[in-house]
Amino acid sequence: MSGTLAASGLSVRYETPHGSVHALRHVDIEAHPGEVIGIVGESGCGKSTLVTALANLLPANARIDGAIRYNGVDLAKLDAHRQRLLRGDEIALVGQDPMTAFNPVLTIGDQLVDFQHHRKDLSRTLKRARIAAMLARVGIADAERRMRSYPHELSGGMRQRVAIAAALLTDPGLLIADEPTTALDVTMEAQIIHLLRELRREYNGIVIVVSHHLGVIAELCDRVYVMYAGEVVEGGEVDAIFHDPRHPYTQALLACDPARFHDRLDRLPTIPGSLPSLIQPPPGCVYAPRCGKAFAPCKTIAPPLVKLTACHAARCYVATP
Amino acid sequence: MLAYAVKRIGLGLLILVLVMVAMYAAVFLVPGDPATVALGPRATPELKRLLIERMGLDQPVWWQIVEFFRNALTGNLGYDVWSNRPVSTLVLEALPNTLVLGLTALAVALLIGVPLGCLSVMRRGTAADAAIGVLSVGVIAVPSFVVAIYSLLLFAVTLRWLPAIGAGEAGDFLSQARALVMPAAAIALGWIGYIARMVRASMMEVMGEPHIRTARSFGLPEWKIVSKYALRIAIIPTISLVAVGLGSILSSAVFVEAVFARPGIGKLITDAVSTRNYPVVMGTVLVMTAIYVSITIAADLLIARLDPRVRDVFRG
Repeated sequence: MSGTLAASGLSVRYETPHGSVHALRHVDIEAHPGEVIGIVGESGCGKSTLVTALANLLPANARIDGAIRYNGVDLAKLDAHRQRLLRGDEIALVGQDPMTAFNPVLTIGDQLVDFQHHRKDLSRTLKRARIAAMLARVGIADAERRMRSYPHELSGGMRQRVAIAAALLTDPGLLIADEPTTALDVTMEAQIIHLLRELRREYNGIVIVVSHHLGVIAELCDRVYVMYAGEVVEGGEVDAIFHDPRHPYTQALLACDPARFHDRLDRLPTIPGSLPSLIQPPPGCVYAPRCGKAFAPCKTIAPPLVKLTACHAARCYVATP
Repeated sequence: MLAYAVKRIGLGLLILVLVMVAMYAAVFLVPGDPATVALGPRATPELKRLLIERMGLDQPVWWQIVEFFRNALTGNLGYDVWSNRPVSTLVLEALPNTLVLGLTALAVALLIGVPLGCLSVMRRGTAADAAIGVLSVGVIAVPSFVVAIYSLLLFAVTLRWLPAIGAGEAGDFLSQARALVMPAAAIALGWIGYIARMVRASMMEVMGEPHIRTARSFGLPEWKIVSKYALRIAIIPTISLVAVGLGSILSSAVFVEAVFARPGIGKLITDAVSTRNYPVVMGTVLVMTAIYVSITIAADLLIARLDPRVRDVFRG
């Protein structure tokens, strides 16, 4: 089963002894079955908080406002038990670091059987058969033997394939891949991207890919949301974002991508300044302190989300349709 | 794994030899003539010489040690100086009582301590967690002889629910079990606290690891995550602790046996030491050390069994 996902006015803050950290503010995103959505931004921009909120895995000190509607149900309002029933059934997560994602003292097969615990209709033998088939599908040779292996006996790339297989085994309507290639070397990264591209043709749920790597997003996604300091500053189709970025932050981010330079540079370009404090976010536009195009109202009044085309929008005064 | 086991057993044998050498050195260094102490000031020189010969004390110390091990290999641990009964028989008679006491105490401590630790983690930050914490520290702080004496006063003297002394009627399971309750509880109580704290601490660490988040992201129920995914890793430091602690459990059995006048290894050693009955002391120490060393080896092998990463280190 798969349905539409829509987060609206989603805010998450973490209560800490040093004050509330506003990790996510009035985020609106939307995803339809069959779509691959990219979420891109630098470290600390709230990408992980966003997907953690979508997967209902926020820590106890997190406070959530707004709505996450999936299939017409508001996930944020469900009790802990109902949320748990959705995880590993409707919603599956592929984690960031395949090296630590699996329990070190249980075999791969054992864990993947457990992860199908929502499928009460399947016998253990059937579950193992499904695992073997799925492992073969994600490109693991000798699947039967690998099921009897412990995680440390597999390479990082293989473990990430297993993690993807585990997520797909639950047949989720919403598959979240949180930095799926960040911990891998370049060759492995290419292979995993290739695998994800292949899988998306057979899979008809929603895929959300989080990455700080622009190349990964460009290769995999239909639509992209660019995040900065806990806000979605721009969103749109992958072509529009990469070829016609309208928010000054997106423009600066793209300008900094080393993959865009063919010659060796003495100095790689950077965005001057640093991320604003998330305990006291700036009253106006979050990017204004670092923005070259900022003018008077930017620093005091938060800009609205400006709709540029049917599905391209930017949170900036400078952006005009 | 086999090579590892062989290595550990070899090391264990070496420890046995070293302990006995230390024991003989101690006897050699203790001032005073054991025969005089044993026989009293009015003993004749003749009698004294006879006793010294019987205890083998006229031989050089290194020869005594070699003799001891040569005999021990054939199952002969020497003879009681007074009754002339074989030490091995005395030890075998006393051992079951002590082992039952120690193992019961340990089993009780694990069966209560481990679930308490798990509960603490599942309810972390709540009143239940705090209560378990205070109780654990409390029972650790109370020495077991205090528990022994107060429980004796309450349950045996005032309420008369449980027998005050002895190990129960031979062959009568119920009577033996009743006699076991207080001594076992006296030893176990502090260990419940230790184990609960230990399990909680290592479990908290494991629960923060990414693979637990993976298990949660697949919606596994919390009890299953705690009991299957976290406990198998978190229990490992506890196993090491318990294996080392078994030495202290056996030594607390020594005076718990004294308080409850329970026949056992503890009583055997205290009696033998006070009468300078060296063959009995040596034989008992050898057996106890052997038990202790075997338990440590068993714990290490169990850890290797539980943690495939450790297993591979030893395989390679």
